[in-house]
Amino acid sequence: MKRPEPLEIFQPTSLKAASTLVKEQGPGGRFLAGGTDLVIAVKEKGYKPKYVVDLKRIPGLTGIRVEKDGSVTIGALTTMHEVETSPVVLNKYPFLARSAAEVGSVQIRNRATIGGNMANATPSADVAPALIALEAKAKISGLNGERTISLEELFRGPGQTNLAPEEILTAIVIPPASSGLRGDYIKFSPREMMDLAYVGVAVALDLHDGKQCRKARIALGAVSPTPMRARRAEALLENQTVTEELAEKAGAEAAAESKPISDVRSSADYRREMVRVNTKRALLNAVAGEPAFWVERRDRRY
Amino acid sequence: MKKKIQVTLNGKKTELEVPSHRLLLDLLRDEIGLTGTKEGCGTGDCGACTVLLNGKPVNSCLIFSGELDGADIVTIEGLKIGPEMHPVQRAFVQDGGVQCGYCTSGMLMMSKALLDENPDPSEDDIRFAISGNLCRCTGYAKIVKAVQDAARELRNRRS
Ligand code: FES
Ligand code: FES
Repeated sequence: MKRPEPLEIFQPTSLKAASTLVKEQGPGGRFLAGGTDLVIAVKEKGYKPKYVVDLKRIPGLTGIRVEKDGSVTIGALTTMHEVETSPVVLNKYPFLARSAAEVGSVQIRNRATIGGNMANATPSADVAPALIALEAKAKISGLNGERTISLEELFRGPGQTNLAPEEILTAIVIPPASSGLRGDYIKFSPREMMDLAYVGVAVALDLHDGKQCRKARIALGAVSPTPMRARRAEALLENQTVTEELAEKAGAEAAAESKPISDVRSSADYRREMVRVNTKRALLNAVAGEPAFWVERRDRRY
Repeated sequence: MKKKIQVTLNGKKTELEVPSHRLLLDLLRDEIGLTGTKEGCGTGDCGACTVLLNGKPVNSCLIFSGELDGADIVTIEGLKIGPEMHPVQRAFVQDGGVQCGYCTSGMLMMSKALLDENPDPSEDDIRFAISGNLCRCTGYAKIVKAVQDAARELRNRRS
C-alpha cells in the first residue's frame, strides 16, 4: 500500500486559530478529525493535501449533551462508537445509535467522528439519513462567527458541502423529540458489516396513541448525490394511520422520488426497488416499536 | 517535517522524533522495531494492524504519527503480563485459534479490548466485535471459542 508523502500537520487549540491557519496557508489544505476517510483518500486514491489541520486538540468539540430545552448536541468530534453506545442516544433515538453501529468496524468507529463523516459528505453515510429524519442541524464556526443550518442543507453533492474552506462543522444539534417519536434505520447492504449501503432508509414518525401519524420524516442514503428527504412520501403519511397498505404506497412514492445511479454496487433500478421495499419495512418497524422484524441482526452491540 | 512527540508505549514513557506523516503502523514496525503488529490491507479493512490507542482498539494503518503526542499505545508486544502469556494469548494457542498467525496480533488486541469492556460476551458479541478482523485460515470458529475460554479464565481469576 502506498505511503503518504511528507505532510505538515498543524494542531491548533482553538476554532479561531484553526480557521485562521487555513486562511493563511491558502487552498489545498484539509481538516483532520478521525482520519478514517482522509488517510484512505491519501493512501488509496492518491489525494495530496498541501497541509492538514488536526482539530482534535480543540477543546469542546466532543461529547453528547442534553440541553435545557430537550435538544441534544453531539460534538462534531464525537466518535461513532460513542454515538452507538451513548445512553442518551440509545434511549431517545435508538435508530440513530444503530445507524452509527453500521459504520465500518469497531476499530473504525473508535476513530471515525460524526462531524468528519458529515463533512466528508459521502452520499451513503449511514448516520446522515437518521440525523436528517430527526431534522438535525449543523453548527458551523468560521472567521465571522457561528451559523446554524439544517443538516440537509450542508450537503451539496458527493464530497461537497456548503462549508467555506475555513469553516468548521462544530456540532450536530437534534431538536427536542416529541414523546410520540418512533423511528427506524435500515441499511440495505450485501454484508452484515464492513460494507457500504446499497440503500439506507431512515424514518422518524411522530405517532399519536401509537397509531395516528402527526408528522413523518423519511430520509434516504446512497440513492442521490446527497442524502435526501422523500418529501412526497412523507406527505402521504401525515395525519394518517400507518397501515401496511399506506406504508406500501409511501415506499413506492419514496422510490419514485429517489435518484439513484448504477455503479459497482448495484444498478439504479435495483436501488429504486430496494428503496420501495425498505421504506415500507422501516415504516412498519417504526410503528411496531423496536426491535421488530428485519432489524434483529442490527441489534448486537459491542 | 519532523515532530517531537511523547507517548506511553506498552507502559513506558517514550520520546520520539517522527515525521508527521509517518503512519503509526510504520512507526511501530520500521522505526521502533515492534514488528508484531501486521499490515494486511493498509486501508482499515482487515484489522491486522489493530493496536490499543488510549485503551481503544484502532487501525494503526490509518493514524498519522503527527497526531499522537500524549497518546497511550499498547501493541501485541505489550499484551503479556510479566513473563506469562495473557489469558487471551494462551486460549488462542490452546484452542487452535492461530494458524498462519498473520491476523493473530490484531485478533488478540481486539479480543482483549472486548473482554475489558464485556467480561462475559455471547458468541454474537464476539463475532460483532471481530467483524473488522479478517482471518483467511481459521474460519473463525476456533477464534470465537478461544475468546470464550479466555473470558472464562479471566472471570475465574477475578472471583
Ligand atoms: S492493515 Fe490496517 S486494517 Fe488492514
Ligand atoms: S490465522 Fe492465518 S489469517 Fe488468521
